[in-house]
Amino acid sequence: MTSDIAAILAIDGIATGAVYALVAIGTVLIFTVTRVIFIPFGDIAAFTALTLAALDAKRFPGTGALVVVLACLATLIEVISLIRSGDIRLLPRALLFYLILPLAVVGIAWLTMRMDPPLAVRLVLALMLITPIAPLLDRIVFRPIADGTVLLLLTVSVALHFALVGLGLLFFGPEGVRTEPLTSFSTEFAGVLISGQTMLIVIAALVFSGLLYLFFDFTLVGKSLRATAVNRTGSRLMGIRPARAGTIAYLLGSLMAGVSGILIAPVNTVFYDSGFLIGLKAFVGAIVGGMTSYPGAAIGAVGVGILESFASFQSSALKDVIVFSLLIPILIWRSLASLHSEEEIEE
Amino acid sequence: MTRLHVQLAAAAALACLALAPVVLSPFSVTLMNYIGIYSLVAIGLALLTGVGGIVSFGQAAFVGIAAYATAWVSALNGQSPWLGLLFGVALTCGVAAILGVVTLRLQGHFLSLSTVAWGLAIGFLFGNVDGLGRFNGISSIPPISLGSFALVSSAQIYYLIWGIVALVLLLGYNLLDSRLGRAMRALRGGNALVESLGINAFRIKLVTFVIAAFLASLSGWLYAHMSRFISPGPFDASMGIEYLMMTMVGGAGNLLGGVVGAAIVTLLKNSVQDYLPLIAKGASGQLEIVAFSALFILFLQWARQGIVPSIARYLPKIRRERPQPAPPLPRRPQPTPGELLLKVDGAERRFGGLVAVNNVSFEVRSGEILAVIGPNGAGKSTMFNCLTGALRVSKGEIVFAGRSITRDPQSRIAKAGVARTFQHVKLRPRMSLLENVMLGTYGRTSSGLFAGAFRLNRREEASARHEALMQLERVGLGDKPFELAGNLPLGNQRILEIARALAADPALLVLDEPAAGLRRQEKLRLAELLRSLRAGHLTILIVEHDMEFVMSLVDRIVVLDFGSKLCEGVPSAIRSDERVQEAYLGGVA
Repeated sequence: MTSDIAAILAIDGIATGAVYALVAIGTVLIFTVTRVIFIPFGDIAAFTALTLAALDAKRFPGTGALVVVLACLATLIEVISLIRSGDIRLLPRALLFYLILPLAVVGIAWLTMRMDPPLAVRLVLALMLITPIAPLLDRIVFRPIADGTVLLLLTVSVALHFALVGLGLLFFGPEGVRTEPLTSFSTEFAGVLISGQTMLIVIAALVFSGLLYLFFDFTLVGKSLRATAVNRTGSRLMGIRPARAGTIAYLLGSLMAGVSGILIAPVNTVFYDSGFLIGLKAFVGAIVGGMTSYPGAAIGAVGVGILESFASFQSSALKDVIVFSLLIPILIWRSLASLHSEEEIEE
Repeated sequence: MTRLHVQLAAAAALACLALAPVVLSPFSVTLMNYIGIYSLVAIGLALLTGVGGIVSFGQAAFVGIAAYATAWVSALNGQSPWLGLLFGVALTCGVAAILGVVTLRLQGHFLSLSTVAWGLAIGFLFGNVDGLGRFNGISSIPPISLGSFALVSSAQIYYLIWGIVALVLLLGYNLLDSRLGRAMRALRGGNALVESLGINAFRIKLVTFVIAAFLASLSGWLYAHMSRFISPGPFDASMGIEYLMMTMVGGAGNLLGGVVGAAIVTLLKNSVQDYLPLIAKGASGQLEIVAFSALFILFLQWARQGIVPSIARYLPKIRRERPQPAPPLPRRPQPTPGELLLKVDGAERRFGGLVAVNNVSFEVRSGEILAVIGPNGAGKSTMFNCLTGALRVSKGEIVFAGRSITRDPQSRIAKAGVARTFQHVKLRPRMSLLENVMLGTYGRTSSGLFAGAFRLNRREEASARHEALMQLERVGLGDKPFELAGNLPLGNQRILEIARALAADPALLVLDEPAAGLRRQEKLRLAELLRSLRAGHLTILIVEHDMEFVMSLVDRIVVLDFGSKLCEGVPSAIRSDERVQEAYLGGVA
């Protein structure tokens, strides 16, 4: 391997890693606020790419139907639980958030699409269509078992991923998509060609992580989310509703995953089931950060990207074997690190 | 319901199974074969997840290793499938042992995530290694033959599969009712509990993990020689999750749950495949996985326990007989009264910048009750944890019965004769009083895996059972030995913990705030019990902050304040000590 090849692999790895980083940050966000290890973020990313591709091809994406189905289900569950607990006066609010808003999003997307919108609008539409999915899934799947163990939530999360893969095939079909590059700009740096797309990915990752940081440190909602992450009961006593904090976390996480899906679509061919590996690798990155640190998760995800890039150069067939085998030493390292802190907390 | 009823039910079930191929259609028999093969994995997973508390997403990888191993031996190298079995089992157990040694020290969900990691890595390997047929798989695998009789048809291999399942269930239930099985069932109580009983938790986890892998390897061997063709598909990550699903649906705490879960999931999948095309034409393949995952999620939302435990609740309880007198278990040589038993010399424990225990020294002499007291935050619990090995001292030395235990792990300190109880009671609520106390005899008994599975341990078990009953009677809980520990009120739970500690035949009994949360009557009963134990020459160390309880009971008191020893003496001297009053009351006005 010459230094040229190494440089190309490294840049490639950083770009892939930046995509994982966005998903990883979303994963950490959800885990800290709700204790759910949300494996399906990878699917959300893949669905965004498929949605964008459908919009590009002037077809209305299957995401619309998916959102409508989920919204109806979530509304049904919410209404039943409200009636059971006798909180009838909360019904209009529930209908607004679980039915009218998602349906309005789909409606707007449907109307706008007829006007043959430019790329920028299509990007926004794709993100708009994808963001309701995770919060709705949260209401349908996770809220009834919110008090369960991390392991129960993880098991459900894995099962949910498989359901989504099936739904993905149903709504998007088996064809892989590759969208138009967002930019054709490219530049040479130290003798290595860097495409504008790569730069865009890295910049987007940096900008979105930065925005998240600002959100957490300088807004009340952000602070309430952090409070929920630290202590659910405590923040509840301060008037923060964990369920609402969870919904916000899912919205934000979906947005991050959606952006990563848009960024990866022009680089890799995305299939309905591509999400699993994106999600898992992002998750590996999140674990490197101990599932609690955003910069840690981002650095870990970039590390995974670079590792994958070099591994696929060595043996493209075994790259996933290499990446997941390396997860074990990382887990051991993290477990030892967290054991130490647990011991101190106990005292 | 008596034991005989259970045996009759099992015999009836066996008879039904034996008749099944005669009555059922060939297709149904094939379905039964799949159920049997999946059952083996699910039984292993019930042991690992339900009993041992280790959630594994990767069992399909173990099935795959054994299936590919036997296919390689028999189809690619023309050897006997029996050699394939040997090779497959050895390889699977070897891989499991290595993975276990590396990962089983991981905590909580880290451990489960590692199973996802190696499950995926091994799954990817099957399709990508040269010489294993890559994604085309390996075909023309020979059938298993007994002598010259080849098990070709599904009705023929049926008896082999279900014979193995029945045998595995029998040995499995035997094992769970043995010394090792009780240790496995204690795993969910946490490392602190398990280690305090003198059990090496890591070793027990490793054994459980390898047993589960062994059952998966049997399943893989049967699968390869039944379907006569293998490809990477049935061993990938989604299958690993399906096995977990079977276990959870059946009821993870129960081995029979594995069989029931495998049957339900397989039949359900089969009927989903049958009926979905009728509802949604052309989309059945996609909907199948959706319907299936949705059902699983619904199941986890509504019945986390699983089917078998939910049904078992309504069955009549099995009536058991009180343990009969049996030869006593060996006792350890007890120290002579008055002799130095425990010596803490300049113990110090730091957490970062905080000194929780600072240069504390004291001695415990055989036959006395010594109390370590102090206001909140005085360092009592840290001192206690250092004594029992849950924490290591940063400086200083702890000598027990003439031997330094400063660096010993918890289980070795427990084996040396220090038995403890917990401030927050750690019992196994779903085990009977008798079984909970029998856990205490772990260090005094020796039977292992095979003795447990094949019931070669009857004499030792009878002795352990009798010993446990005697200890229950000694503390006054002897009237209902088969009651579940979780049904006892808190006061009696603490007493039960003491009985469990006594069953270890300790030289020193260490009690962590035994009076916390007890009512007055319960405290009096506890004090009476401890006095009677002292009368039997047992040495007791109590860490406590209930002054009234301590003053009337103990021989000597060590007072800690802000991590340091304030003073030491007989209760009356401590009561009138001004420094102690100041520490507790914030100074005399």
